[in-house]
Amino acid sequence: MSRVFASVSPFLAAALLVPAMAGDAMAQVRDPAYAAARSAGQVGEMPTGYLGIVGASTPDLKRIVDDINIKRKAVYAERAQAQHATVEEYAFTTGCKLVMQTQPGEKYQTPDGSWQVRGGAAPVRDSRCPA
Amino acid sequence: MKRNRLTHRPAVAKDSRMDQREARHGRAQGPGGRLLPEMPVFWRKRPVRLGVSALLLGMTGALSGCITVSAPDKPIVIELNINIKQEVIYRLAADAGKTIDSNKDIF
Repeated sequence: MSRVFASVSPFLAAALLVPAMAGDAMAQVRDPAYAAARSAGQVGEMPTGYLGIVGASTPDLKRIVDDINIKRKAVYAERAQAQHATVEEYAFTTGCKLVMQTQPGEKYQTPDGSWQVRGGAAPVRDSRCPA
Repeated sequence: MKRNRLTHRPAVAKDSRMDQREARHGRAQGPGGRLLPEMPVFWRKRPVRLGVSALLLGMTGALSGCITVSAPDKPIVIELNINIKQEVIYRLAADAGKTIDSNKDIF
């Protein structure tokens, strides 16, 4: 009986590991709809650390943005608690980095609320953002 | 009750100042002793309030001579999260970077 189990267990372990790894890898890739909206400039990074709809809102865009922002807020809340900061502080700090990390062609919002297309130069950010 | 009929006002809208005035001077009367229901209602009944509003108007006029408010040339920047301090942002920056890297699907 133990020999049977020993011969099966590698397969069992592999069967258990593969979905876990696949799930992990999938968690690191943007949803195609989100990626498309992002590169099309329909959504952009806001200085608050959340995603915003740039032009006219559509139900699809709103669904994508709300979904991302809810997930972001959950992560911000968890990390903020670990760092003894408020969710707003953590979100804002992340927003500084997210605006900086936008790729050329993607949209971001300046502190005065206008939407800009990221060019080659550094984006316009809040003066408190770290370099 | 008579007055209510003359002014077409509901009883609840009685002005207590009107009652005091009437108790003291009687109903407002014209030169011939006739009642004056035709006069504008607000004019006859609220002389004090008109005086106050006239005073306010005068004050506004006087003030506008002293203070001028003009629109700024630059767009008004609304500073969000004004209470977030830079030192807090610097403290959180490294952790925020790690958070972004480990949650690439939502950033």
